[in-house]
Amino acid sequence: MTVYEPPVSIYGPVTDWATDFDHADPAYNRNAHAIWGELRDTCPVAHSDRYGGTWLPVTHETVREIAYDTENFTSRAVVVSTVVPDDPAPIGGAPPITSDPPFHHDARRLLLPPFSPKKIAEWEDEVRILCHSLLDAMEAKIAAGEPVDAALDYAQHIPVNVISRMLGFPLEDDDIFRGFVHDILESINGEPEERIRSFERIDAYLLAQIEDHRANPRDDLTSYLMDVEMYGEKLPDNMVGGVILLLLVAGIDTTWSAIGSSIWHLATHADDRRRLVADPSLMTTAIEEFLRAYAPVTMARLVAKDHDFHGCPMKKDEWVLLPFPAANLDPAEFADADKVLIDRQENRHAAFGLGIHRCLGSNLARLELRVAVEEFIARFPDFELDGTVDDVVWSVGQIRGPRELPVRVPNR
Amino acid sequence: MRIHVDAEKCQGHNRCYALAPELFDVDDYGNAVVIGDGTVSPDLVERAKLAVANCPEFAITLSE
Ligand code: HEM
Ligand code: SF4
Repeated sequence: MTVYEPPVSIYGPVTDWATDFDHADPAYNRNAHAIWGELRDTCPVAHSDRYGGTWLPVTHETVREIAYDTENFTSRAVVVSTVVPDDPAPIGGAPPITSDPPFHHDARRLLLPPFSPKKIAEWEDEVRILCHSLLDAMEAKIAAGEPVDAALDYAQHIPVNVISRMLGFPLEDDDIFRGFVHDILESINGEPEERIRSFERIDAYLLAQIEDHRANPRDDLTSYLMDVEMYGEKLPDNMVGGVILLLLVAGIDTTWSAIGSSIWHLATHADDRRRLVADPSLMTTAIEEFLRAYAPVTMARLVAKDHDFHGCPMKKDEWVLLPFPAANLDPAEFADADKVLIDRQENRHAAFGLGIHRCLGSNLARLELRVAVEEFIARFPDFELDGTVDDVVWSVGQIRGPRELPVRVPNR
Repeated sequence: MRIHVDAEKCQGHNRCYALAPELFDVDDYGNAVVIGDGTVSPDLVERAKLAVANCPEFAITLSE
């Protein structure tokens, strides 16, 4: 089992969250709600010199404005790091997430059909079977008196397994994929040379999978991408690889974090857990509320041209973090924003983004999250944190969720 | 009452289709369309309001 190691920042520890923030400081995700709350009241668009200059808007209004403004903000790069990729707009290195209009629309359209609600609904049984087998293994550990962890033994396996099946990749390579995702999303403030080497490793792996599909085409998403046409031509291999990498990166840590955070909530709020077990009809609103309150994904943009944003002098090529999770907690937009209400009726949360880049995998993510929580509480109606909240290890970087979540299931 | 989806604003979050499948359908690209002419029968008004209250893009409107 891989034990989670938070990466270390080359910039050193943060001294002041309003003027020197670093979303890759291990203290950031652990204390994110408090940091955003404080900034919302004092400095709604914060700036830090780290990563060559980074802005952090924390209100729903500013996050929404940036998400809708594709003129002043480009998606050319969406992961804040020490290396600004040189792939130019409007395509970027991993379409459609790194693309701007007008190219974005065409690239996104290729991917929408396999991720439409009706296509995704077909995967429900497989997700359920997968959850059962993971829960069986957890139960066996519990019976043997071994400790169990809802992130390591459960949440982390679900999205990687589902996307590997969809892509037709070897299921036993799941550790390799999680490694890629870790390199891309979390090792963001290490040495630039190491980051470049890890990208080369990933490219080589993906090209080998594409070659394998060329030799043996099959009914899966990889063959679909190699076959689909854009402007009357098939996609070049490097674009197929880029899209696959995007699906791996966008689908794995994100959903794993959402499942983990939801289980974290239920492990630390016994009243909500009992209520949900007693009344499964609350599941729909509960899942959306977990997505709102513990939204895992902060995106980023690059400033496309010098301009003034709410009094902030933004300079071309500076980074802008786009914390949808902070927008979801803004009391100007949500009543009782700081309370988790599993029966919340009005919930226009932005966990899956706003505007043209709305999460393409949102139907899949919702399916995995719902089934994972349903099956977990059906198997373990009674569970709690094993230890204290300090024993929970949170991820580092733009994706926020528990990476180690020890749970205790009372003997039945 | 009538329900309307602004196709320019809809980004396919699919909240409406999940909450009120009697009123909304989705196309192959995951974008929402109203079923029929969008007339909401009295027993579905609450559902329609729920869809409005959960569309993150403010793409749905309910009119007399
Ligand atoms: C709970 C889990 C997830 C969350 C919270 C989430 C969140 C997001 C967000 C906020 C964006 C917007 C990006 C932006 O504005 O730049 C996005 C985009 C995207 N997501 Fe997800 N995501 C999740 C799961 C998935 C899954 C499972 C997949 C696919 C396997 C996926 C694929 C994508 C893709 C392809 C995009 C880019 C869409 C575009 O640029 O048009 N995501 N996601
Ligand atoms: S909830 Fe809104 S954005 Fe989502 S599909 Fe329905 S109308 Fe479109």
